[in-house]
Amino acid sequence: MIRGALWRTVRLGVGSLMLHKLRSMLTTLGVLFGVSSVIAMLAIGEGASKQAQDQIRALGSQNVIMRSIKPREDFATGSQATRVVSYGLLNEDLARVEKTFPGVKRVVPVREIPLEVRHQDRALNPRVMSTLPIYRDVTGRVVSEGRFLTAADEAAVANVCVMSDEVARYLFPFQSPIGEKVKIGADYYVVVGTTLSRKRLGSDPALAGEVSASEVFIPLETGRKWYGDMQVKIRSGSREMEEVQLHEIVMEVDAPENVPMVAAAAREMLARNHRQRDYELVVPLELLLQAEETKRTFNIVLGSIAGISLLVGGIGIMNVMLATVTERTREIGIRRALGAKRRHIVTQFLVETVVLSVSGGILGVALGLLIPMYVEYKYMMPTIVTPFSPVIAFGISVGVGIVFGLYPAWRAANMDPVEALRHE
Amino acid sequence: MTTTAAAAPVAALEHISRVYRMGQTEVRALDDFSFTFRQGEYWAVMGSSGSGKSTLLNILGCLDRPNEGSYKVRGEDTQDLDDDALSELRSRHLGFVFQNYNLLPQLNVLENILVPIFYQDVPPEGIEERAVELARRVGLGTRLHHRPTELSGGQQQRVAIARALINDPALILADEATGNLDSTTAQEILALLDELHGEGKTIVLVTHEASVGNRAQHLLRLKDGRIEEVKHNREGKL
Repeated sequence: MIRGALWRTVRLGVGSLMLHKLRSMLTTLGVLFGVSSVIAMLAIGEGASKQAQDQIRALGSQNVIMRSIKPREDFATGSQATRVVSYGLLNEDLARVEKTFPGVKRVVPVREIPLEVRHQDRALNPRVMSTLPIYRDVTGRVVSEGRFLTAADEAAVANVCVMSDEVARYLFPFQSPIGEKVKIGADYYVVVGTTLSRKRLGSDPALAGEVSASEVFIPLETGRKWYGDMQVKIRSGSREMEEVQLHEIVMEVDAPENVPMVAAAAREMLARNHRQRDYELVVPLELLLQAEETKRTFNIVLGSIAGISLLVGGIGIMNVMLATVTERTREIGIRRALGAKRRHIVTQFLVETVVLSVSGGILGVALGLLIPMYVEYKYMMPTIVTPFSPVIAFGISVGVGIVFGLYPAWRAANMDPVEALRHE
Repeated sequence: MTTTAAAAPVAALEHISRVYRMGQTEVRALDDFSFTFRQGEYWAVMGSSGSGKSTLLNILGCLDRPNEGSYKVRGEDTQDLDDDALSELRSRHLGFVFQNYNLLPQLNVLENILVPIFYQDVPPEGIEERAVELARRVGLGTRLHHRPTELSGGQQQRVAIARALINDPALILADEATGNLDSTTAQEILALLDELHGEGKTIVLVTHEASVGNRAQHLLRLKDGRIEEVKHNREGKL
C-alpha cells in the first residue's frame, strides 16, 4: 500500500472520481470531443489535401495545359435551325508555341472526338482523344498491357487505339482486349494497348476533365482524317455544329522554375490571339502551390477550432474541480490536520484533474481514430492519420489538465486548516 | 501545578495570545495564556463556548498560530516553523480525534488508519502490520476493508483513535470525542482513552460534559481565554 507515493495518489484520485461517476464522465466529454475532433479533422484534411496534390501531380507539375472551352452564348439558341459555332485553340496556337516559346521541351496537341465506343453489345462514352505518341511521356500515363501509340501508327494513319483499364474492363469483361476490334463511331479500331486508370479528380472542375478514368487514345492523324474539325451535336429542335481545331495543348516545360514564365507567355499569347475567352490555362504547379496554401489556411482554422474546443473542455474541468474543492473542504481540512503539506493537497487535486483530462484524451484518441475509418468506409474519402496527431492531441489533453487543474488545486492547498475542518 | 513534576514537558505554552478581528471589535480567544502539558498526563479542557478551548486545541495541534507568545512541542519552538514544517510536526508527533470522526469516505478502515503515514516522506518499516494491529486493538480487526459508511458511530471513532495512534504521537488531541455518541458507546470510547493513558500516552480532551471532564486525570477550566480552574481528579496513572 505504501509503494510509490504517486501511484497511490493516482489510485486515490481515481477512487474520489469514482464517487461521482456521472459527473466525472460528463466532465471528460469536453476534452474527449476536443481531442477526437482534432484527430479526425486532421486526418480528413490530410487525406483530402493528399488526394488533391496527387491529382495535380498526375497532371504533371512541369506541364502547362491550354484547353478549349465553349464561350458563353449571348444570343438565344433555337431561332436558327442550324448554325456553326467556332471556338477553341487553333492550329496556329500550336505552331506559335512550337516555334517561339523558350523553355518548352515538348508540345502535345489533343483533339477530342465525342463518339461512342462499342464492342459487341457493350457501349461506352469515354473521352476519345486523338493525340501524339509523346502524350504518354508528357502526362505520365503508364501502359499496363501492350503498347501506347507509336510514330509508325501516326505515319500510317492506322486505325489503332489504346484504352484505359476501366474502359477495357467494361468492354472486355472476360478477355484481354489486345488485338480485338472496337467500333468507334462508324469505324473499327484494333486495340493495341491499355493504360492504368487514373483516379477521377474530385470536385475541382478545372481538373475534372483532364484526368478522367475512361480514356481511349487514337493517333492524331487518324482522328483528323476521319472526323475533321467539325462536330455535329443534335439537340432537341436544332442541330448545332461545333468547330474546334484542338481541344488541348499540353506543354512540357524543361525545368520547374521556368513554369511561371511559360504560363505567363501562354496567357499573353492566348489573350492576344483570341477575341473571346474560349480557352483556359491550367498550370498544375500553380494549383499545387494553391493547394498547399489552402492546406496551410485549413490547418490554421483547424488549430483554432481545436484550441477553442480544448479551452472549453479545460474550463469545464476547472469548473467541476472548483466545485469539488469546495465540496471537499472538510476532507482537505482533515488531511491537513493529519499532516498533509500544501504540496500534497496540490498534487492530489492536480492528479485528479489530470486523470480526468487524460481519460478524456485516451477516449478522444480512440474516437478520433475511429471517425476517419468510418468516413473512409462510408463516404469513400481518403483519410490519413499522421502518427504525430494522436500523440500531440494526447499531450495537449495532459497539458489542459495541468493548466486548468492548477488554480483549483492551489485554492485547495491554501485553505486555512481550521476553517476547513469547521466546514460542514 | 503538576503532579509529576519530573515528567518532561510535551506541549509548553508561554504567554500565548490569539486575537480574532471581527470588523471593529477584537476578540481575545486566548489572553496571555501559559500552561504546560507533561508526558503521560490526561487533561480534560472545559469551558463555556467562547472560553477559548477550541482555540487552545487548534494551537496545540499546530493548526493555528498565536499572535503572541511561544509554543514548544517537545522543546521545539513552533514559532519559526513554516507551513511544511508544521505539517511534518503534525504528521509525526500529533494525533487528532474529532467529534464527527472525520474519516475519509473513499478509504477503507486500514487506509484511513494509515493516512498520517502517507504524508511522511519516508514511511516507517512494517507500518501496515502496525495499522492492522491497531485496528485489532480498537476492536475492528475483522473490518479492515470496510468503508466508514458501513460502520457505526462508535466503530468510526475507534478507527479515528487508531488513526491518531499510528504515528505513536507525543500528544493526542481529542475534540468532543464522545459528543456524537450515545452514552454506552461514549463510555467505551472513554475507557479506551483511559487505557491509552494507562500506557503512558499524553492526552488533551476538550469537552463540555462535566461527567467526561471529571473522569480525566486533570481538569483545566477556561474562561474568556484565561485559566479559571485547575483540578486534579486523580493522582498518577490508572
